[in-house]
Amino acid sequence: MNDMNPAQPLLELKGLEKRFELDRGFLETIKFRSGKIVRERREVHAVNNISLNVERGEALCVVGESGCGKSTVARLIAGLLTPSGGEIHYEGERIDNRSRHAMMPLRKKMQMIFQNPYASLNPRMTIQQALEEPVRYHNPEMSKSDVLEKVATVMRSVGVDPSWAKRYPHEFSGGQRQRIAIARALTVDPEFIIADEPISALDVSIQAQVLNLMLEAKNQRGLTYLFITHDLSVVQHFGTRVAVLYLGSVCELADTATLFENPKHPYTKALLSAVPQLKDDHPNHIRLKGEIPTPINLPQGCPFESRCAYANDRCRVEQPRPLQQADGSIVACHAVEEDRLES
Amino acid sequence: MTLLSVRDLTVKFATRDSSVTALNRISFDLAKGERLGIVGESGAGKSITGFSLMNLLSRPGFIDNGTILFQGDDIVKMSESQMRSIRGNQMAMIFQDPMVTLNPVLTIGQQMVETLRAHRKLSQKEAEQIAIVKLREVYIPSPEDRLGQYPHELSGGMRQRIVIAIALLLDPQLIIADEPTTALDVTIQADIMELLLELCQSNKVGLILITHDLGVVSQMTERTLVMYAGKIIEAGRTREIINDPQHPYTQGLINALPQQTQPGNPLKQIPGNMPSLAAIPNGCAFNPRCEYALDHCRTTAPEIVQYAHVEVACHEVSRLHSDKSEERSA
Repeated sequence: MNDMNPAQPLLELKGLEKRFELDRGFLETIKFRSGKIVRERREVHAVNNISLNVERGEALCVVGESGCGKSTVARLIAGLLTPSGGEIHYEGERIDNRSRHAMMPLRKKMQMIFQNPYASLNPRMTIQQALEEPVRYHNPEMSKSDVLEKVATVMRSVGVDPSWAKRYPHEFSGGQRQRIAIARALTVDPEFIIADEPISALDVSIQAQVLNLMLEAKNQRGLTYLFITHDLSVVQHFGTRVAVLYLGSVCELADTATLFENPKHPYTKALLSAVPQLKDDHPNHIRLKGEIPTPINLPQGCPFESRCAYANDRCRVEQPRPLQQADGSIVACHAVEEDRLES
Repeated sequence: MTLLSVRDLTVKFATRDSSVTALNRISFDLAKGERLGIVGESGAGKSITGFSLMNLLSRPGFIDNGTILFQGDDIVKMSESQMRSIRGNQMAMIFQDPMVTLNPVLTIGQQMVETLRAHRKLSQKEAEQIAIVKLREVYIPSPEDRLGQYPHELSGGMRQRIVIAIALLLDPQLIIADEPTTALDVTIQADIMELLLELCQSNKVGLILITHDLGVVSQMTERTLVMYAGKIIEAGRTREIINDPQHPYTQGLINALPQQTQPGNPLKQIPGNMPSLAAIPNGCAFNPRCEYALDHCRTTAPEIVQYAHVEVACHEVSRLHSDKSEERSA
């Protein structure tokens, strides 16, 4: 139904914004300030002017610390939240202003996997019911035997024995549940998967199993991933490109290999240095001052300015624009632009 | 000098008609000022070990057998009032979630002063002075103002610093930290770990660090215990365990980390799951997931013995080792 223009990215985010209102209702907006009654509306700026593309077949990882807006980005793309500004285009068509009904055909192409497999599976549905539901919904013309066949095939492909289909989610371990959640996403043959911290709740040995499963699905089905995580070692292994988020803005976007070999933004450098290494006894940890400021009152200049060792007057007043570097990475930092960082 | 000496510690949880064994004859020592890591996946018994050392097990869990000698006295036999004089005073615990440790309706100052005055004869003023000194030690900015604040007014990293300050209030001999940074971001985690390391080294405090993160253990500790299904399966110097693990489970755990594989290639996974405590396999508990398992692994449980430079509980460790050296020479 659409032209398969290879140059066209699968997903485009253009100046995406999301603000959450803190004070809902008239009474909450009324404040008493220096002897006067004022009306004030506070907002959490979760996502600020994010623009990025997801190319077909890649695994774009979005990393950042808690509160940086990475999950909000995932939910905006999946249509679970409505953006406050900006546009989302999928295969060239704008999708952020669609009605629920008009979103339906897209749900088949785009599936989401959540962090907590204990919460994402309905405890009162058997695995069979949970896996059948999306197939039936998106393929009403399919015969019953075809549906059963489809479910059994997908179960086998994620390493869950189809004879367990009559069991309920509580009878499975966390790793098995996450496989079932992945199976549920795969039953409708999607082309794009948004995975929000899919392995963070799992043990190390189980993480490897689930990550392998996702890699296998990527290679066999040619899936495109948007992978949200805070675990940088997973990014290095899984991602083709990485977007580093800080306080709702992209501070660096680069190919995985480039980012890990040559991080440019001071925040990216600090983040990479903070990962506990297995072999190195004496880590060269870059200490950041303070902690992430609240996204309620955003700093006027660079969002990272309050913790950055290279911040100067310009950083305090002017927000850095994302600029392309010689090696193709995109960095939003005045210090990098002015070449003020010692490398 | 030995600070802590655990021998044959067995912990069980009573069920309706019998009991399950959560810890199975655990033995280890901790020297004064030594830092020990306990690693393993969920259900391995790491946290139960920590709770047992503090004598904090609550029903249905109970210590079935064994001794825990802390500075020569057996904790297992101590009365609750004796235990109360040790907890917080000579031994302190740091938990994963600082919000659970801190009382939400008391100010930071009240909680610190309360702890101090429960164990020492101090006036309110003196106790506050000590609290301020300790808060400064954990790099909390303007500590005088923090005393009047409630836990919810502080960020997660700040709260965990306060928990560490409270743990250090009475200059304990031993700190047990149970996943102290799991709930925190990486940059904050690195700060807190650096702080904990610095404080333990400068005050000669023993540390037992319970975690699932091998990277953290590698950076923080001198010795490591690896636990699986309620048993210690490998113990030794951290560096040696990380660089040359002997037990197939430890090897699997290290090899499963993404940094051990070329990007894009499938990770080396350990098949299967950790067994539930109610159904621990006969013989070696790891045998259903182990590629080296033979018949005797399925019938008799291996004892922990010295092998190479570590202690390891595996029947087939020598075969596994020769396989590995062949691989290396090939």
